Amino acid sequence: MDVVMLSRIQFASTTIFHFFFVPVSIGLALLVAIMETMYVVKGDEKYKRMTKFWGKLFLINFAVGVVTGIIQEFQFGMNWSDYSRFVGDVFGPALAVEALLAFFLESTFIGLWIFGWDRLSKKVHLACIWIVSIGTMLSAFWILVANSFMQQPVGFEVVNGRAEMNDFGALLSNGQLWVEYPHTIFAAIATGAFLIAGISAYKILKKQDAEFFKTSFNIAIVAALISSILIAVYGHQQAQYLMHTQPMKMAASEALWDRSEDPAPWTLFATIDPEKKENGTEIKIPYLLSYLTYSKFSGDVKGMNELQAEYEQKYGPGDYIPPVRTTFWSFRIMVLAGCIMIALAMYGVYLSARNKLSHKNKWFNRFMVAAISMPFIGNTAGWIMTEIGRQPWTVFGYMTTEDSVSPNVTANEVLFSLIAFTAIYGVLAYILVRLFLKVIKKGPTIIDKVEVKTNDPFDREVHHGV
Amino acid sequence: MAYSELWFVLVGVLFVGFFFLEGFDFGVGMATKFLARSDMERRVLINSIGPFWDANEVWLLTAGGAMFAAFPHWYATMFSGFYIPFVFLLLALIGRGVAFEFRGKGDTERWKKNWDIVILLGSLLPPFLFGVVFASFLQGLPIDQNMEMNATIFQVVNVYTVVGGLVVTLLCYVHGLMFTTLRTVGSLQERARAQGKMLLVPLAVLLVVFGGMTYTMTTAFESRGAVMVVIAVLGVVAYIMAGYFMSKKRDGWAFGMTGAVIALAVASVFVSMFPNVLISSIDSAYNMTVYAAASGDYSLRIMTIVAVTLLPFILAYQAWSYFVFHKRVTEKEHLEY
Repeated sequence: MDVVMLSRIQFASTTIFHFFFVPVSIGLALLVAIMETMYVVKGDEKYKRMTKFWGKLFLINFAVGVVTGIIQEFQFGMNWSDYSRFVGDVFGPALAVEALLAFFLESTFIGLWIFGWDRLSKKVHLACIWIVSIGTMLSAFWILVANSFMQQPVGFEVVNGRAEMNDFGALLSNGQLWVEYPHTIFAAIATGAFLIAGISAYKILKKQDAEFFKTSFNIAIVAALISSILIAVYGHQQAQYLMHTQPMKMAASEALWDRSEDPAPWTLFATIDPEKKENGTEIKIPYLLSYLTYSKFSGDVKGMNELQAEYEQKYGPGDYIPPVRTTFWSFRIMVLAGCIMIALAMYGVYLSARNKLSHKNKWFNRFMVAAISMPFIGNTAGWIMTEIGRQPWTVFGYMTTEDSVSPNVTANEVLFSLIAFTAIYGVLAYILVRLFLKVIKKGPTIIDKVEVKTNDPFDREVHHGV
Repeated sequence: MAYSELWFVLVGVLFVGFFFLEGFDFGVGMATKFLARSDMERRVLINSIGPFWDANEVWLLTAGGAMFAAFPHWYATMFSGFYIPFVFLLLALIGRGVAFEFRGKGDTERWKKNWDIVILLGSLLPPFLFGVVFASFLQGLPIDQNMEMNATIFQVVNVYTVVGGLVVTLLCYVHGLMFTTLRTVGSLQERARAQGKMLLVPLAVLLVVFGGMTYTMTTAFESRGAVMVVIAVLGVVAYIMAGYFMSKKRDGWAFGMTGAVIALAVASVFVSMFPNVLISSIDSAYNMTVYAAASGDYSLRIMTIVAVTLLPFILAYQAWSYFVFHKRVTEKEHLEY
């Protein structure tokens, strides 16, 4: 395999792995902050226990999110040095602001939150977790400023072969950013919400600490419903937006080779042959693509062949069609995951509002446990569609992936790092899952033990003067 | 002062901040092996840096981000050029980061022992690798006319750079011991002080050897010799003061002085290189200057506004967090880790 392919595999795998933890951190930080707010406002110890229990899972996850994020910052320069030279002016500031504005905030206040239970007043302690939550969302914002630039480059001019920023405001008001950011953030909140709801459903099913987990479920399922619906709303907006800015990505996500009929049907299923540039079997829903694209039941949509010809005119000879199968199916998997999430959340809110949820809802609870995976599948599929669908570009219309790679790094070096990172990530994943299961199994008692000092063997030694 | 020069200074300041702050928590990480005698002592040590180490590491991430933003060519050449060392650096930082969080969450002795190894390696490797990298900055690197660095292993790892790595590692360790004297009590505190004092002589030897090699083998003293001599003298003064304060048990001052030695050492690298950010060993015509590596003025101006606005707040809340946790960590209280 060549260095470009290896570097792409490494970037994809480290980024996907990193993005398992990021949404959980964003989602759990917000929900834990809400729980602690309820504790401070209502003064009910139940909410403090909830804050601490879910906070424990949040911290385990947060640690992995932080360390896997370090690689992200380094590998632009390590593996994509020509890309870094080209976009440093624009991409670099977004990363630097992310560090200055978000990383410092998160890292300092999470330390205060973990160690500050006995040293800070209730309200100040509560403020700390809210600041952490805001920090996680700011972090997402600035990295998406950078990503949006790759999707739709704005606010710069090319000087001496480098993209030099000339309008910071344009980066921040990039239309792509304002559909991509809410879509991503609500997906992150849903990820945390479904995690809490799913674990709670499991414990309710097992009849362990049912009251504790019912209250947790009630909070999480509301967040899950609101966020799932908003994911769909902003996802739809983003798709309509991309029809204008990256029509090739959307045509690929529809496996649409030639211009569609008018009104355009939506393809539910297709066997795709990228070599012959045609589809075999197709299952189509009439009118739907027109409606999704233009919010009305008429209008045709450009196909990939037409766009390919247009791009050749504009950018010179080359293959501008992204991997169609991956783009098509990742889009459908994402949408399906989102639909399942909305349906389950609606039923969950219904049960919770009627106070009907108990261990007797066997199948629903089981579905909720399985549905923990849905946001992860949706997040991953969504990012695969976004990034694969942009190929062959890294910066749309300006720089290709092939031209982005470090010329001085060899395939063997990348193979080595790929193996090393994969190995350490494998170990991390294993440990994290084990720790999660341990905490879940023990339930809220795990934090009570920490609270009562004499249950800690070391403290007991001290108390007994050993 | 041009924006590019200002950002060269700021990147230097960020690295000084990183080595001063993360330096002591690297040192405390090493102390879990070389100072602590029991699991309880190890826990006290880990808890003493518990609230801080993550924020300290952000200084590195910010320095990296600032390099990317302000000097894309510097960032691109350096990060791709040091590919393999940085892979090890990342593995070490990853392991270390989760180790603090995970160590206390298992049940078995083996679990703890394994994480102790990770903490040790994760605290030894990064300062060593940074020492090697910064020393090779001074030594010069094979940068070609296309600003690409294609170094063989011995152009990065050789006697000079290894001595540089050892200097930084030991310096961080002594700095960490001084931090321990500030945050612990009793026998642990006294042993930290005693060990720090004991290590002053070998560290001084290493520093002198490295200084001598730098003087004879590199161009570091050529362009700004006078300033470098002043920095060196200040370093010697701070070093002697550190020893004096250790023997007087003025721990805060001793910590400040070991920190000053670190800060001066890092600063001297940046001072000696200016106006270059990378020195080519192939041909001095290929040296990468601050001006050639820099982003456009527009980007730098935006970044300056952002940094100048945010840094006071960052410094204020970080200082506040040190104030909140100024009490010493003892075995009697509830330990989070």
